[in-house]
Amino acid sequence: MNLSRDEMTARKSERLLNLLITLLVSRTYVSKDRIRAVIEPYREAGDDAFEKMFERDKDELRSLGIPVEVGYVDRAFEDEPGYRVERSAFELPDIDLDPQEAAVIGLAARVWQHAGLAHATSDALVKLKAAGVSVDRAALDIVQPQLSAEEPAFEPLWDATRTRTPVEFRYRTSTGADVATRHLQPWGVVCYRGRWYVVGHDTDRGEPRVFRLSRVQGDVATDGRPASFDVPAGTDLRAVTRALTPATADRTADVLVRRGAGHGLRRHAQPLEPAQRPERDAERVDVPDGWERLAVRYASTDGLVDEVLGYGAEVVVLGPSEVRDRVVARLRESADGRVTA
Amino acid sequence: MSGARDQVARLLALVPYIQARREVSLEDAAADFGVRPAQLVKDLNVLWFCGLPGLGMGDLIDVDMDALEGDGVIRVSNADYLSRPLRLDSSEASALVVALRALREGAGDDVRPIVDRTLDKLEAAAGDGAAVAARVDIRLPEGLDRVAAVRERLERAVEERRQVRLDYYVPTRDESTERVVDPVRVVDADGHAYLDAWCHVAEDQRLFRLDRVSAATVLDTPVEQHEGLAPRDLADGIFSPSPEDLPATLVLGPAARWVAEYFPCEEVDEEPGGGLRVRLRVGDPVWLVRLMLRLGGAARLLDPPELAERVREVAAAALAGYEPAAGP
Repeated sequence: MNLSRDEMTARKSERLLNLLITLLVSRTYVSKDRIRAVIEPYREAGDDAFEKMFERDKDELRSLGIPVEVGYVDRAFEDEPGYRVERSAFELPDIDLDPQEAAVIGLAARVWQHAGLAHATSDALVKLKAAGVSVDRAALDIVQPQLSAEEPAFEPLWDATRTRTPVEFRYRTSTGADVATRHLQPWGVVCYRGRWYVVGHDTDRGEPRVFRLSRVQGDVATDGRPASFDVPAGTDLRAVTRALTPATADRTADVLVRRGAGHGLRRHAQPLEPAQRPERDAERVDVPDGWERLAVRYASTDGLVDEVLGYGAEVVVLGPSEVRDRVVARLRESADGRVTA
Repeated sequence: MSGARDQVARLLALVPYIQARREVSLEDAAADFGVRPAQLVKDLNVLWFCGLPGLGMGDLIDVDMDALEGDGVIRVSNADYLSRPLRLDSSEASALVVALRALREGAGDDVRPIVDRTLDKLEAAAGDGAAVAARVDIRLPEGLDRVAAVRERLERAVEERRQVRLDYYVPTRDESTERVVDPVRVVDADGHAYLDAWCHVAEDQRLFRLDRVSAATVLDTPVEQHEGLAPRDLADGIFSPSPEDLPATLVLGPAARWVAEYFPCEEVDEEPGGGLRVRLRVGDPVWLVRLMLRLGGAARLLDPPELAERVREVAAAALAGYEPAAGP
């Protein structure tokens, strides 16, 4: 008998579903003999073929996330193993979403731009629809962020985090061209400004470390079994990775900018009205023709110094003095062609 | 055969999906499941032979074939034991919960409580599956709503094959420029979204970072045809120095070593004292002068010498602005 591919698939699907239903509707463990008796393809197969088919089918059901349990059919005689699927562990519990909440779910399903995770979210969405949720994205008008993760290390590290599996990878340091093998118990992944990081316990260093995924070289290998470490209770990923987070732009610098220049700086600046001007040492600063005086918001002195230097003679810092002094010192180095280190 | 696994996964959702709604048109169901209607018909045919153990005819799941073939409507009965879908597994639950967190980050004060309620309900339903989400933290870039609005507009232009007028900030030149482009696609790379387009000012293909677009107007004019124009390959990242670019040699002190990591260098050699000597290609001399001014004494430009001289001139001119007598 020649079967088409579709027919072969259909036969197998049918067998898997019948096995699942048998295990799901029974209140007790079902013995292997009973399973073989009620499911036709098992009944018709030879002993060896049945054993193989049954083992494979159980694995296949488990790979779908179906909890196939093993126990004893009769507690008094622990000789005959049986199988069942506990309904409460199988079924998605009730989830009652109002139209706005359902719209949020629908929008969330479009956030991932990463193929694997986009697939996982649409599978989740199908299950929620099967639980009666009706998704109308238009019920809510909000900005839809998109999460992408082009780093090849993302998926293996995401999975390792999910399954608490230790990993090993080659990592390029930020300070040099060194590439070293690192061993990590990954606690979590962090996305900051579109870049992904993994946070965890570095078993070589014996302390928590943060790694940027784009600096991971080559493959990420597992270095132990799933669930073989615990994330310390109370671990706050955001606190651990705070070092990555620049302070908010809550300081203001007083600068002169040539008209038609300093566009980048103007993006976080506003004109300084005469009434707001901090007059230092009773010295009035006259704004020369062709220049403007701006209040520039900034987060770190180093960051602003770097930015101002890039504008060369188009920007002059009036204050604060720590910014002004560092800009002047750096300009002197450049003007002299001197190397400091 | 993985076909059966996918088919069973689909049927375990399809059967409760239909039962929750009594009946659904084949087309709507196919759209919700993201498969072709013909595939759903194949799936439904499997159900004919599934049911309670024992396989008496009365114990099988009943699919109303007349309704399916006649009216394109799916009805299923005799399947009470499959009235709920399978639980979310941990990869599904965590992907969805993290996506919701990202939405929450981007949401305004009016919407955030709705996202919070949804997260609570979802985490309760997912149980352990959602536990991993506690181990993911998302912080979205600032100005996200503006970028999202620009992106939506540009994606529409790509789809409708229409030209776009861009106001674009070029940081290397510190210029805000207006230009008309023929969009090719919107693409994510290196942590940012870019518009890949033919630029009528440069008369060449260019990438525009969306957070630097201050205005985008979709025009009525259709895009023009350009010989050999294809989406740019970004497998090696955004920076792709061209051989026509100017070669430059820098000595980087320890404090400036980051330059070698940030920009693609053709050659990197260790120098005594923890420094590096690097050779890189520079598309725009203005960019290099700005970089050197920023580095100050932490780096030295060896070649080309005329640009090193230019750095000294600009630094001297800038210093003049700080002389109390002269003023800027």
